[in-house]
Amino acid sequence: MSELLEVRGLRIEAPKKDEPAVQIVKGVDFDVKAGEVVALIGESGSGKTTISLGALAYTKPGLEFSGGSIKLKGEDVLTMEPSEVRNLRGNRVAYLAQSAAATFNPALTINEQVTESAVLHGVMTQDEADARAIELYHALELPDPDRIGFRYPHQVSGGQLQRLMAAMALVGRPDLLVLDEPTTALDVTTQIEVLKAFKKVIKEEGSAAIYVTHDLAVVAQVADHIVVLYSGEVQEQGSVDQIINHAQHPYTKRLMAAAHAGPKPGMGDKLTDKHDQDMDNIQVKNMTAGYGEIVDGKPAITVLRDINMSVKNGHVVGVIGESGCGKSTLARVIAGLLPPAQGDIIMDGHTLKGLYKNRSKKDLQKIQFVYQMADTALNPKQLISEIIGRPVEMFQNLSGQKNREKVAEILRLVELPVEFAERYPSELSGGQKQRVNLARSMAAMPEIMLCDEVTSALDSIVASNVVKLLKRLRDLTGVSFMFITHDLSTVAAFADEIVVLYAGRIVEQGPVDEVLSPPFHPYTRLLISSVPEMRIGWLEETMQKREMAVGIARGVEITDVGCPFYNRCPIAISGTCERVTAPTYELASGHFISCHHTAEEIEAIEQAPQQVLHGFEKVPQVEEVIPIPIVGNLPV
Amino acid sequence: MTDKTANTEDMSVYDELPDAPPKKKLKLTWVGKLGVTIVLFWVLMVFIGPYVAPFHEADIIAYDSFMPVWSTSEGEGLHVLGTDYIERDILSRVLWGARTTIGISFLATAFAYLIGVTLGIGAAVAGGWTDMVFSRVNDAILSLPSIMLGLLIVVALGTSIPILILTASVIYAASVYRIARALGQDIMVMDFVEAARVRGEGMWYIITREVLPNAIMPLATDFGLRLVFVVLFISSLSFLGLGIQPPMADWGSMVRQNLDGLGYGSYAAVWPALAIASFTISINLIVDDISASEGGSLARKMIS
Repeated sequence: MSELLEVRGLRIEAPKKDEPAVQIVKGVDFDVKAGEVVALIGESGSGKTTISLGALAYTKPGLEFSGGSIKLKGEDVLTMEPSEVRNLRGNRVAYLAQSAAATFNPALTINEQVTESAVLHGVMTQDEADARAIELYHALELPDPDRIGFRYPHQVSGGQLQRLMAAMALVGRPDLLVLDEPTTALDVTTQIEVLKAFKKVIKEEGSAAIYVTHDLAVVAQVADHIVVLYSGEVQEQGSVDQIINHAQHPYTKRLMAAAHAGPKPGMGDKLTDKHDQDMDNIQVKNMTAGYGEIVDGKPAITVLRDINMSVKNGHVVGVIGESGCGKSTLARVIAGLLPPAQGDIIMDGHTLKGLYKNRSKKDLQKIQFVYQMADTALNPKQLISEIIGRPVEMFQNLSGQKNREKVAEILRLVELPVEFAERYPSELSGGQKQRVNLARSMAAMPEIMLCDEVTSALDSIVASNVVKLLKRLRDLTGVSFMFITHDLSTVAAFADEIVVLYAGRIVEQGPVDEVLSPPFHPYTRLLISSVPEMRIGWLEETMQKREMAVGIARGVEITDVGCPFYNRCPIAISGTCERVTAPTYELASGHFISCHHTAEEIEAIEQAPQQVLHGFEKVPQVEEVIPIPIVGNLPV
Repeated sequence: MTDKTANTEDMSVYDELPDAPPKKKLKLTWVGKLGVTIVLFWVLMVFIGPYVAPFHEADIIAYDSFMPVWSTSEGEGLHVLGTDYIERDILSRVLWGARTTIGISFLATAFAYLIGVTLGIGAAVAGGWTDMVFSRVNDAILSLPSIMLGLLIVVALGTSIPILILTASVIYAASVYRIARALGQDIMVMDFVEAARVRGEGMWYIITREVLPNAIMPLATDFGLRLVFVVLFISSLSFLGLGIQPPMADWGSMVRQNLDGLGYGSYAAVWPALAIASFTISINLIVDDISASEGGSLARKMIS
């Protein structure tokens, strides 16, 4: 195979006026062959996105190319004239950004945007481009491919939009596709669906691709060749088999260690006397909550239904589920940010008031909410000393020198240098900010910390360090955690108990090892099987599985009656599941499951994995179209 | 993750990479620097103008009216910029006028900010009915053309400098309110404000420590622009004869009084007009430059 793209000695730097330039990319070499997918992996700050943008002869503002060459079919893109660059970007190299939602203009239909660049560059006429787009919609297995283009971006789901973005990039038949973390922000179940479509379409189109990501497990599924980057330098490169199965470089090994091994029972620490106190710290009883005006105990939009759960002193309860299932809402209700419509939240023997304004200072102190994004959770105009010092002052009545000492103590607790007290949040890295975010909550000396996806926005190495820190905090202070995430592997390694939420209902809960071992609730099973494994060929294997066929193809429907998982469940009992709310029963001590099947039935199905019940053999492969009326005129 | 990481502990060489670039220091281009120079010059004149001016603003000393640039009147001296319609020295009056025009405008803008920011941020933090009532009253004021409203107030209450300042500040407080409220609302939905509320912080702490520090930069830049509008407003009122009263020199009234001179080929009306233009455009240049160096985010916030 010929080399499609040749990168030789590429250097990119950020020039400074008075000081020497900051080197961002320090001499990188790699090749992309025609029809090959090359993955650039590394943490944020490793220069992987900067390098990939180089293929488009583009740098972010403030950076410039300072050496080396990037040759596309023998032509150096760095020395091209502006008009050639324009042609390059539109026709020959296409870029797929991380967030489809930010890529699409909400005011134009999808088709207009998908076909725009090809028509604008004169590659095709509008009619040809339309036909080509529909062909791609078919290839990407989008629902209703002939008409989906007439929709607006908000009328399709997140995973569909991500695939439509691929169509946008591919419509002009580019030589090279640059994909920048295209599945990072997605749920595991959506990620699978997008990965599958990407892999298929790249293969069918025969176009080469640069795939930028920090997720090794994803890379193992899609890439042919892997380039491992750290701090703007190539650490190791080789075929996917070489890197995944026989990594040589210590940094690659470290990345593999931090990457998830897949959620399995027994990954977490065993409960020790240190934090095992068999007393409920917080209890949620028959709670229903949602948004909008509450009429007769029913909110306008119900998000959570009939929630019963508890967090014991010193325990870590992981709450998992896809986005939109009500995980964050649950934490917000407990924190008093959203009053429940029905039910009670009981802490240390007394019922808490619904809204934080009505709670006592003592209650406010005991429950601390930790936000996902440290960037918005920390006031950019306050020094770290004030961010942490303020709760110390409020809840421990310490001021002046004593306050400063306490802040220093808390900084040491979260493993940050004491000097950071005099810095602003913008002067810290992402992981450091997240530590400050945790430190602020710790400063209140809470009994329970509600952590809302605190590791989701972080790189795998940074995230695993943060989890290590959380474990340390738990052991040192005995604080309980409610740990909300869509990342099962983190939960498996950190939590003592798991609550599985689906469409606002708890479908399964219990000790972590019990929930992660069979028998599973069908939804838990779907979630666990969707977590990518660092194994070549995993994607193909998984797509063969029965629970995947239905579960991945269809989306969440929030229902008032019956089991909400009915439409995605491979073992649903038609006539019962969609009409009657599933009974909750105890499988083992403390392990509850909500399903119409008995434990024996579920177990029997596990034993015979290929036998599909209740006429689901003919699973429709087409996704259900979201019933939204299409605005505008459709060609008949 | 538990046992595997144990044998990677020694690889501390691979530290967490900082992903946020160090904060950029504000650097002005030569355009911005030119703006700063001109504005500083006029600010200096506010303080020392009357002392460096060759004549008093009210002195009728010249030999003739509408004398050309660089002419001398016997026994009195050189009129660098010529004389006006009643034989006063233009340069002296422009220098004296800096104090009146910029001084009054600055005071009026400052008052407008005091009123507008207090009410605007207050409305954003309080929300609900308070916000509703304040905002609708504000909409009503905004819907009236400012110069008409100004004329009405000045005619009804008479012309004096305090009235002028009060009028300008009330009229411009309405648009300041809009910006302050919009900025405040943007900040109020941030997680750190919610964190402060759940902590049980009072409204005073939230306004002064959480919201204001984050609004101060866009507000400060807007202050510059708002000052420009007030200068133009006061000058317009003076031009119509309802602003600063003679014999006090002020750029707006100087333009009006010397307008007839244009017919005789005199530049008497041009110099104060240039003064207004140089001051206002310079402030705009600075604001544009700051906005550009922040990636234009400021400009977008200030479109009201």
